[in-house]
Amino acid sequence: MTESSSQKASVVAECLRSWNPQAIAKVIEFRNETTIVVPPNLFRAVAERCRADAQLQFNLLTDATCVDRFPVEPRFELNYHLVSIPRRDRVRLQVELNSQDPVVDSLVSVWPGANWLEREIFDLFGIHFTGHPDLRRILLPDDWEGYPLRKDFPVEGYRDVPTSGELFKKSSML
Amino acid sequence: MTTADTVTGTAKTMVLNMGPQHPSTHGVLRILLELDGETVVKAVPDLGYLHTGIEKSCEDKTYSQAITLTDRMDYLNPLGNNLVYCMAVEKLLGLEVPKRAQYIRVLMVELQRISSHLVWLGTHAIDLGAMSVFLYCFREREEILKIFEMFSGQRMMTSYIRIGGVALEPPAGWRPAVRKFLEMMPSRVDEYEALLTENPIWIRRTKNIGYISPEDAIALSMTGPTLRAAGVAYDNRKVFPYSSYEEFDFDVPTRTESDCYARYMVRVAEMRESLKIVRQAMQKISDEGPIKAEAPGIIPPDREKMKTEMEALIYHFKIFTEGFSPPPGEAFVAVESPRGELGCFVASDGSPKPLRVHFRAPSYINLQALPKLVEGQLIADVIACIGTIDIVLGEVDR
Repeated sequence: MTESSSQKASVVAECLRSWNPQAIAKVIEFRNETTIVVPPNLFRAVAERCRADAQLQFNLLTDATCVDRFPVEPRFELNYHLVSIPRRDRVRLQVELNSQDPVVDSLVSVWPGANWLEREIFDLFGIHFTGHPDLRRILLPDDWEGYPLRKDFPVEGYRDVPTSGELFKKSSML
Repeated sequence: MTTADTVTGTAKTMVLNMGPQHPSTHGVLRILLELDGETVVKAVPDLGYLHTGIEKSCEDKTYSQAITLTDRMDYLNPLGNNLVYCMAVEKLLGLEVPKRAQYIRVLMVELQRISSHLVWLGTHAIDLGAMSVFLYCFREREEILKIFEMFSGQRMMTSYIRIGGVALEPPAGWRPAVRKFLEMMPSRVDEYEALLTENPIWIRRTKNIGYISPEDAIALSMTGPTLRAAGVAYDNRKVFPYSSYEEFDFDVPTRTESDCYARYMVRVAEMRESLKIVRQAMQKISDEGPIKAEAPGIIPPDREKMKTEMEALIYHFKIFTEGFSPPPGEAFVAVESPRGELGCFVASDGSPKPLRVHFRAPSYINLQALPKLVEGQLIADVIACIGTIDIVLGEVDR
């Protein structure tokens, strides 16, 4: 991005710190990208602040995804990519989760667009989002076992598919 | 869905299963529609019929091998997929791409944008009953695919854009071919407009159909022509310029009506803008100059050097047996695909294979707004609304 991106980054970090000193666990600067690591318990509050604060105005949630760092702990790393259309700025909110308890607050109440993004993460990584209105599998069949994008799931999948009955059951519920 | 699950819970409504083999769902999208007479009460999209695990497969390939997988995601925009993936890896590596290669990339993705919009216009029109537009659009698309074949040897899955630049030197005779296309195309766009823009049937089928407010569109993370037709001029090429787009002179067409007709007008205007960009790119591409970055150990050396220099031969061998290892870190890059913001997130752990590759698929995220567009409309308008978001199921399901 532009040379002023590190200045912009400090604006975001400062703004969040002045609101709540605990809001930021760490700020990572890499290749002109700002990552703000947020403690899981404050995740939704920080997201709400990013959207509503007049200095930040991150009105578009563009992407949300997960990284599995198995066998390192904390194992899961959720990345939410935010865009501020009026300020022409981007930032990444990151939250780290342990394999014991991969649960985090859903951001659907902040950005309704998080709905399918979080369903995809739930489907492929098995992360649970509290407060999500419709947490079902989205790409895989409802009766699929396991979470394919986890590192302990083999790339070629498991070969022992059932020999009788329905192979895949797709959603029949609205 | 049983009757008890329906909104009203009475026999007043019925549930209709649309797809996954319905031709107007543009692939294998299934929608469960709850209908009250002909009015849609509730719509629930059901996806995943084309899920191929591309993101998982990328983790098992070296950085360069994964390029071929990206082609197969959004099959109407393979070059754009190549571009966003390569740019993300280049960002991880901190690699600077030569200007000439950047302009060639712009030329290719803009041609791709036109061809993608042509497929969209043709199929959208055929969905709404205008058969002839489809034939015209595919006639012109064929010309673009011939240009791609000239450049890369392939019509669709080109894998032409590579990490650090492009795969091949532009072929002899590329300029006359592109120029011929540029001369022909503006009048052809006029032809489509003559068939549709003031066509009363077309207007009845698209005007005031599928409205979404700009606030809702942003809240639902919509991007691309769908968002621009709601009056929000958000285009990555202008807002966060990449690949030297800041040097090009073009407009971002917007409308405010935010209905199917407005989205049609935006896309047609975008085709004309893309023609402008292609024309400028053609002038900017010099006849001589590098087409890939100079980075031993990452970018394969020239064949000529391989035959004369020992180091080049070793690097070549190492790149194709082991791959290369970017420093640990994460990079997110977004480009403007014909459908909206196409993003690529790549995480590296310092090994020759990516730790994680994720694509922010605009079709997937725009499709999320479909219930908002169709609920309260007639069932026939569902077809218009699906067409107007311009989804590619290969990208939705990945």
